Amino acid sequence: MQADAAVARRSKLPLAVAAIMILLGLALVPLVAGLYQTQLLTYGLIAAIAALGFNLLLGYTGLLSFGHSAYFGIGAYIVAFLADDFGIHSMEAYILIGLPVTAILSALFGYICVRHTRIFFGILTLALSQVLWSLALKLFWVTGGTDGLRIPRPTLLAGLVTFTGAGSFQRFITSYYYYVLAVFAICVVVMWVIVHSPFGKALQAIRDNETRARFLGLRIRWFRWIAFLISGTFTGLAGLLWAPLNGLATPDVLYWPFSGEIVFTVLLGGFRNFTGPILGGIVFTYLKTYAVATTEYWQLLLGVVLVLLIVVLPTGIVGALSSLAVKLKARQKS
Amino acid sequence: MILLRTVNLRKQFGDTRACDGLDFVVNSGEFLSLVGSNGAGKTTLVNLISAHLQPDSGQILFEERDITFMSVTDRIRAGIARSFQIVNLFDGLSVLDNVALSIFSRDRKTAKIAKLADHDFDVRDEALTVLGQFGLRGKAEVLAGGLAQGERKLLDVAVAYALRPKLLFLDEPTSGVSTHEKAQIMDTVSSVVRAGTVTAVVIEHDMDVVFRYSDRIVMMHEGAFLADGTPDQIRAHKDVAAILLGAPLSV
Repeated sequence: MQADAAVARRSKLPLAVAAIMILLGLALVPLVAGLYQTQLLTYGLIAAIAALGFNLLLGYTGLLSFGHSAYFGIGAYIVAFLADDFGIHSMEAYILIGLPVTAILSALFGYICVRHTRIFFGILTLALSQVLWSLALKLFWVTGGTDGLRIPRPTLLAGLVTFTGAGSFQRFITSYYYYVLAVFAICVVVMWVIVHSPFGKALQAIRDNETRARFLGLRIRWFRWIAFLISGTFTGLAGLLWAPLNGLATPDVLYWPFSGEIVFTVLLGGFRNFTGPILGGIVFTYLKTYAVATTEYWQLLLGVVLVLLIVVLPTGIVGALSSLAVKLKARQKS
Repeated sequence: MILLRTVNLRKQFGDTRACDGLDFVVNSGEFLSLVGSNGAGKTTLVNLISAHLQPDSGQILFEERDITFMSVTDRIRAGIARSFQIVNLFDGLSVLDNVALSIFSRDRKTAKIAKLADHDFDVRDEALTVLGQFGLRGKAEVLAGGLAQGERKLLDVAVAYALRPKLLFLDEPTSGVSTHEKAQIMDTVSSVVRAGTVTAVVIEHDMDVVFRYSDRIVMMHEGAFLADGTPDQIRAHKDVAAILLGAPLSV
């Protein structure tokens, strides 16, 4: 058994080395890239966290949600409420309070949604997210309506890092990048463990063959519910991180097109592998930003990209690269 | 010793009586074959016992405990497992993971979320042992979706067997495979069943296979039992021959 443990550790060593190299590369970005690129990549990492969470449901459990804007939006609004109504300006406080709230909301919505599958599941997730969106619009004395709520820059590391005075914006962008990068790294590790755990294997089994999974004694609905809860909480965490960077929480982040963007993100990177959503989150952020800057018909441009993606790269960027690598390896062997 | 019995078990689909008041008995340790033409009610009987379907009336007793209204999960925990007529695997998982998942489920470890599955070396070792019994150890790391049909059939049985059931139902384990693979599958299944403490009920159409491997054969026709006995008794039963050849029954 000790030999088995050594083999298992050794087999994961190249993966760990690659992950550390990528992390170190990302840590160098603020030193070599400008402030704008650093800010953009921060948005990309946040989108990657949301996509990681979303993909636990789509890629690993086989459930397509059209309502993940609900958890992202709730995360953003929790930060806004805590700052506006309670005068809390600590990022750690936002996370410590926000995570349980998004987890409870995810558990509640998930309990309702996982009773169904396929289109019924998708419609339920969409409908519930739109309930929150309409509440955010109508309860304007609480949410600020379409104007939204402004979010000041929070302190980091329990008040050790603050942002006032000259150059505070620059310091915030750089510090916040590293903060988000650290949370992103933790999220990647946590999600990697989840999908490779017995629980994660059970989710994949349910995705592949629900009937057989049931006849192994798996309680399907329970597994789907827990996957929904984790997925929503990850997306909520992304919302919590996004709000201070954006500086404003508006009902747009609860609206269904935002859910569509999360779906797009995961399709872009590829949903049948672990790294696809991470890459998708970053690539989509850049794609959307440059599309918006380039043309007023940016939605049309993104629509064309989506159609091309489904037709030409149905397995996403990472899926296509993996297939290419397999083909090249096979050609080398022959 | 009786392991499972049904009492006046009934299931009707529209006007068709798929199970017409069946009193079915399975004895501990036997290799029983359930035979009959298509539509005889064999799969319905297995579906009722495994909780894939609910009976209209009647009772199912497992080790003298009434399990008629037990959930699928509780029946599996009681010791009843099954495979399916059409191969049912987790194609996106490796061959090893297919079997390991059965063991995780049996040992109630599937809720473990903070430990890597391949770091549970007890489960991994047991899964590899099971794969070895079924001649699939060399394919452990291959995706189940990439196996040949005969190997898929074997893995299908291995996944059910890894639950370590007391009673294992196999629904046409040799359908859709070559004659050579049939013998390989049945040799493996019967040796595994006889080596362990498993009682097997096999639905099978190939009578050569049935006569060769069974301790007891039960023949069904139109939702009822037509014959029940040893292979020699069944071979000599005139109605069995009539059914198999499509001739009219004597009664």
